[in-house]
Parts: sequence; C-alpha cells; structure tokens
Amino acid sequence: MKKQRVNISRREFLIGSTTVGAGFSLGLYLPPGSGMAQAAEEASSATSEVNTEVNAWVVIHDDDTVIIRIARSEMGQGTLTGLAQLVTEELECDWSKVRTEYPTPGQSLARDRIWGSFSTGGSQGIRGSHRYVRKGGAVAREMLIEAAAESWDVPKEECSVSASVITHKPTGRTTTYGKVAAAAAEMIPPIEVELKDPKDWKIIGKPVKRLDTADKLTGKQVFGADLQLPGMLNASIRACPVFGGKLASFDAAKVNKMPGIRAVVAVEDNAVAVVADTWWQAKTALDALPVTWDKGANADLSSASIAQMLDEGLTAKKAFVGNTAGDAKTALKGAAKKVEATYAYPFQNHATMEPMNATALWTEDRCEVWCPTQNGEAALQAAAKAAGLPADKCEVYKIHLGGGFGRRGAFHDFVTQAVAIAKQMPGTPVKLLWTREEDMQHGHYHPITKAKMVGGLDNKGNLNGLHIRISGQSILAAVNPSWMQNGVDMFTFQGLLPDGDHAISYTVPNLLVEHAMRNPPVPPGFWRGVNVNQNAIYMECFIDELAHAAGKDPLEFRRKLMADHPKSLAVLDAVADKAGWSKTTEKGVFRGLAVCKAFASYVAACAEVSVDDSGNLKIHRIVAATDPGHAVNPQQIEAQVEGSFVFGLSALLYGGCTIKGGSVEQQNFDSYPSMLISEMPKVDVIVMPSGGFWGGIGEPTIAVAAPAVLNAIFAATGKRIREFPLNNTDLRPA
Amino acid sequence: MAKLKINGKLVDIDVDDSTPLLWALREQLGLTGTKYSCGIGLCGACTVHLDGEAVRSCLIPVSTLQATQEITTIEGLSADGDHPLQQAWQELDVPQCGYCQPGMIMSAAALLKNNPDPSDADIDANITNICRCGTFNRVRRGIHLAADIKTGSNEGSTKRGEAE
Repeated sequence: MKKQRVNISRREFLIGSTTVGAGFSLGLYLPPGSGMAQAAEEASSATSEVNTEVNAWVVIHDDDTVIIRIARSEMGQGTLTGLAQLVTEELECDWSKVRTEYPTPGQSLARDRIWGSFSTGGSQGIRGSHRYVRKGGAVAREMLIEAAAESWDVPKEECSVSASVITHKPTGRTTTYGKVAAAAAEMIPPIEVELKDPKDWKIIGKPVKRLDTADKLTGKQVFGADLQLPGMLNASIRACPVFGGKLASFDAAKVNKMPGIRAVVAVEDNAVAVVADTWWQAKTALDALPVTWDKGANADLSSASIAQMLDEGLTAKKAFVGNTAGDAKTALKGAAKKVEATYAYPFQNHATMEPMNATALWTEDRCEVWCPTQNGEAALQAAAKAAGLPADKCEVYKIHLGGGFGRRGAFHDFVTQAVAIAKQMPGTPVKLLWTREEDMQHGHYHPITKAKMVGGLDNKGNLNGLHIRISGQSILAAVNPSWMQNGVDMFTFQGLLPDGDHAISYTVPNLLVEHAMRNPPVPPGFWRGVNVNQNAIYMECFIDELAHAAGKDPLEFRRKLMADHPKSLAVLDAVADKAGWSKTTEKGVFRGLAVCKAFASYVAACAEVSVDDSGNLKIHRIVAATDPGHAVNPQQIEAQVEGSFVFGLSALLYGGCTIKGGSVEQQNFDSYPSMLISEMPKVDVIVMPSGGFWGGIGEPTIAVAAPAVLNAIFAATGKRIREFPLNNTDLRPA
Repeated sequence: MAKLKINGKLVDIDVDDSTPLLWALREQLGLTGTKYSCGIGLCGACTVHLDGEAVRSCLIPVSTLQATQEITTIEGLSADGDHPLQQAWQELDVPQCGYCQPGMIMSAAALLKNNPDPSDADIDANITNICRCGTFNRVRRGIHLAADIKTGSNEGSTKRGEAE
C-alpha cells in the first residue's frame, strides 16, 4: 500500500523556501563556493525534477549523487564528514558521490525539528546524534529498496544493495538509487529499522578523507567574514570595554564626512557602530569616533580583587558537594602524611581565528542572518528576538566557522548586534565584523577558578583521603541557570564526578569534592574542554605531588587507584607503554603523565620535555591515547588529538586574560599569544576504540595536555607550577 | 587611486592611500581568500606574496606599492588548485576549520620557492602563522610532501625530522 507524500524538489527546498522579503531568492545572494551555492547550483542546473528528498536526511539526484543533510556545524572538527559516514553506512550509498548540505534553522522550525538539535558543542556532534542519523540512512535505504522491488514486482527480501546499486538477487537485475529515488520518496517510511551490528560496518571506522577540504586550499571557502551580498554595507563596532558598562555618548559629526560613511548608530545600550561602504572605512572612522562610556559598577574590578574573592571561597564554610565517599575530613586528620597545594586557572579567550561576525538583512516583516554559528537554532532565536519578529519570519543561513571552540554556540551577541544595526537600515544587508581587539575584550571567557587540594597518605604511602575545594565561577549560573540542580552547577565538577561522561578516574576511599561558587562579573562561557581543562590540572598534578610525597612512581601510584576504572587504566597503560615509561629517556628529557575521562571518552598522555639551565622549555614528544568507544574516522581523531595539544598547550604556555579597570587587558595576539609550529611537539596518537559506547573527540584530550607537561616539568626541574600561564614563570631548575 | 599587479593582472583600485593591501584585496577585488584575523601582522592569516616573498598584507598600505611589483594571493597561487602544497594538503587532510590555511599555504609556498627541500628547522623559522585548531604537524608533513611532489622524489626528503 502506498501513501502519497508531497515530494519537495531540490529547487523548491533550497530556493522557494528561502525567499527574501524584497523578492530576491537566496540563490542570488549565495557566496560562490559555499555549500549553499553548490547545492543551489546543482538544483538549478538539473534538467529534471527528480532531485528527490527521500527523507529529511537524504536527497538523491538522478545522477546518483547523494546529498546528506547535516544539522550540526562544521568548525574544523570533522563532524560533517563523520556524520556523513554514519548516514552512508546505513544508506549503503556510493561514498564517492556523497555531498553534504546544512538544512536551515528556519526549515527545522517549519518541520517540527525533524533534524533534532543543531547544537554543536560538548563534543556532541557524533555521540549526540549517531542513532537518529543512522536511522535516517537506514529508513531511506529501505524505501529505496522497496521502490526497486515494486518496480520489478518482486519481494523486497530478494533485493540487496551496495554502493547505491540495488540488485534483484534471483535474476541479477540492477538499478540505482538515482533511478528509484522519486518512487522511493512516495513509500511509507518503515517505523522500525534495525541498525547494523558494528562488526558489519564498512565506512564507519575508516580513515576516509574529509569532504570539505578542497575549497579550503584555494581561498574559495567562504567564511562569515567573507560574505558578499549585493548592496551590502559593512559595520565595525565597539562596545563598552568595561564589563556591564554602557554607552554614554558619541560624536558622529566628527566622522560623518569621512569616506564611505553611511551611518553611526548606537547598538543596544552598550555599543556604537559605524556603517560604511567598506569595513576598512567603517573601522577607520570608528577609531576616530569620540565615544564616552558610562563604566558602571565594575570600573574598579581587577585580577587582584577577583583573586581575593576566590581565595575567600577556598576556605568558606559553605560549598556545594560534587562527589563524596567515606569521610575525607576525618581521614585527613588521621593521615600519616598530609600534602596540601593550591592551584589557580585563569580566564581564557577562545580567540577563534575568524573574529565574531554576522550579516543581517532586516525589513518590517522579515529578518535574515548569515553567520558562522555552532547552534543555528540559537542563532535564529537571537535573530528573532533582536528583530522583534516571530521566529517563523526569520531565517539563519549557517556558514562554515573559522573556529568555534564554544564561543559561537551559547552566545550570539554578534547576531544580536548585527540585527540591531540592520534594523536601523531597513532593507540593506549589513555585515558586522569585530576587530581582534573587540574579540579579545568581549569574550565569554573560560571560567576562573582556584582549587585547594589536601591529600592524606597512610603509613604505606597509599592515598587514603582527598579533599578538593574548588572556588570560582560557574558557567551555568551565567549562561544557563535552568540546567543547574538546586543551585548547584554540576558542570563545575567535570572530571571529578562519581560517574557518567566526566567521572573521576580513581577510587579514593575517603573523598570530598566541593565547589564554593564565586562569580566575578566577567562573563564566563563554554571554552573547548570546558571544566575538565582546569580540573584535570588540579587532579593530575596533585596526584603527581602525592606520588612524589609517597616516594612512589607516578604511574604505579595511579594504577593502584584505578582497579575499578579499567578503561582509564587501559589508556594510561597504553601511553606509558608506547612512551617507554619504564625505560630511561634521552639525557635531559623527562616524562609526565595524565589521564582523564571527559565527554565520555577515556584519554591519557605522556609528555617528554626538557628544560635548559636558562629555563627554556622544550616539549619533545607527547604520546596520547584515546578510547572513544566507537572511532568513526581514525585519521580525523588523530587530527583532533594533535589539535587538542595546540589548544591546551597554548593555554598553558601563554593563555590567560587579566582584568584591570573592569576590562580585559589583553588586546591581540601580541599580548595573548598562541603557540607556533616551532613549539609543536611530535604527537604519537593511539586510537584504541573498545566499542560499546560513543565518546567525544574534539575536546577530551585538551584535559591531559597541560598536566602531562606540568608533571614532566616537575620531573625535569623539581618545580611545581600551580599558576598559569607559564610564560612569566621562572622554569630554571630548582 | 592605486594601480597594482595582482595575480598577473594590472588593476586600478579606488581606495584611500592608507588602506592596507589586505582590505583592498578583500573589499575592492573580492579576493576574500586572504583573511583578516589580527590586523597587526602577527598571525599570518593575511599572507600574500610580494615579488615572491611572503608578506603580511594587513600592514602594507596600498600607497607603498608599485604597479611593477607582483602580488600573488591564494587565488593566484595555481591555475587549478594544484600547486604541490595544495596537492599535499589535500592528500594529508591538513585543514581543520581552514581559516588560517590560505595564509599558511602562502607562507609555505614562499619558503619552498627559496628552499626547495626545507628542514624542520627551516620550517620552524619560516612558518610563523597561528593556527588555533592546531594543524601544525600536518602542515609540517604537508611541506615535506610538497617538496617531494615538486622534485618528483619517491624517496622522500632526507631532512624530515621526527616531529610529524
């Protein structure tokens, strides 16, 4: 029995659904080389109407090209390719003919969120959607096979499929997906489909090449900052540099006559923007614009005052409990040896290579935004709110991100601003691009915390009690209070929790992990790796301190606490084994270890460093192991692990935003450096999927980068570094 | 008004004299492969070739340029995207987000032109571009592979270090 379904053609989907208020179609506006343009070009160059949406995930052209729809955002982490692999696995299509496209958030809204979440953070891209995207592929496959069987008038069970070719086994007749797609779209989708057993996977687990590389090598890839629309103007913006401060006044007359200037506008209550023909003109005029700020209540905020606030929390009576076992305080009182240390972790800026930007076109009854975003749905909500229009009168077109790292997911301040500017210039598209300086000063920073660690050893040198008191910022309190549980931000305890995706890697008989929430008025955010970044430093460096105090080998000391954590132990053993932990190093080279469970994956690292007499650090090699359960694309996992060391070690070596007069002091890459190729160690990556679960890839390894290096620095110098970044620290051997 | 030679073609550009080459390329000529990231000549995302040498285009006012100088951008590096570095980058899947990669490739192309088989130390000294995704080890491998492709060598560079 057939059920007639409306067959949305490619052309209607891409162009008809994205009509711009003034009668322009999106197709006219598309940047060359973008996924959108490519898809639209394909749609309009097609000679027939058989470019068929089989289901929400799969569109098939009559030439057997398969377009797989990807709701999550590609920002370098490879999720576009990985998700396409997942759909392809079940769809049984020809990988060489697979392309991808982003559905729009507006389409998602109109279709009852058929693609699920667009949010691309928390290393969720694959682990958060693997089941339904595979199901999408499997359902489409069944519909395609059914269509072929029906055309041959044979039972479906007699048909098989491989690489987009359907075969009727008894007769050897064949057809292709492109030929039956239109008929398939009219089949009733099966409600239940069985997903393949992992042992039968053919493309999941393969190190296939990324699908989005070619245009990144020629300059064709359009990022948000590159977008050009007909009639578009450009805006440069400056918000009050003091957190919470407001715009008091500005003297537009001083810049109005400068070349290309179209408008000088207030943006919300805290910023001013210059709109000009070109961005350089806008920026030049903004630099010359006299502006006065109402600095507000935070004008005296400083790193010292924030440190004081956090220090108080380290010993305050009240704190939230994140993990507890036995009676840590009593155990510590009776310890044969007590070890204490206080660590601190600074604010960090995401510093995506592409500064924040968004392009907006506003009219009274419609608002459209083009932007790099980690969460298209959230971008749409931000656009609608700023536009003063219902969401179904708005649309967001996602563009590849020049880096995300958490900055472009929970926060769409750049969208709000772009719409606020465009609203003052109805009918004219305006591209807002931040300067690097604006980006440095108006981040949503890695939260600042300190931790007081107290450990107790028994008379045999075993860890008997551990008390961790964290003091500092909660991301959720600032960003998403609804995710808190009775006022507690459980995210603060990532890497130290009793169980789950961010469980502690050790069994300590008497354990107390607490958080005294202290929220200085500097906006915190999810920064790639989030709270495992600092918690893994606290835990893994302090475990090293305890091993040293116990006179034990850091590997053996850890292993003894890991009997109940076999997967963590396996990755730790793997790096120790590959690095040759039990063997001597080259003269002057020292090793350090770290292990962590983060974003449901198990990761470990062994760093090899040397420190010369002048205190110059060289990181020679890092051996890193990851058990993500299922490894969808091992070569991309290697890329993410290598990249995680750049992100984690840049933070350790140079990262750190300081506050003076209520503002971030760092302005650009001169005062907020990032590591360079000359500092990059060799990285040996061990991908060791143990199966049975889906762990994240983009973030976990960042957690072990810094502590492994810090522990190696201790081995080399005898110095424990407990405040960061390292670039101001004297590393000369003690 | 400035007359510049970009990717082999003479072009007239109507901008204020102080406009940096980066913004003339991006906003007057639509050559957006050259990226803005820091604007202070540090990160290298805006790297182009000026008479064959890698320069940071965000710091060069158009008024300082002559029509006789050859300016090459990522769009003009090769006719079909098949410069040995582009081939190597494709082979090794070097880019992640890709934003820094045009500048990275232009820096590497200038290095290879002057030094067809660079050592790891040569790469360390010459490639000073920032990449926040962390593609450095593949960039290094890519430069060595491109050197091999360029010379048609099957054996690989003798100068390849361990840090791959």
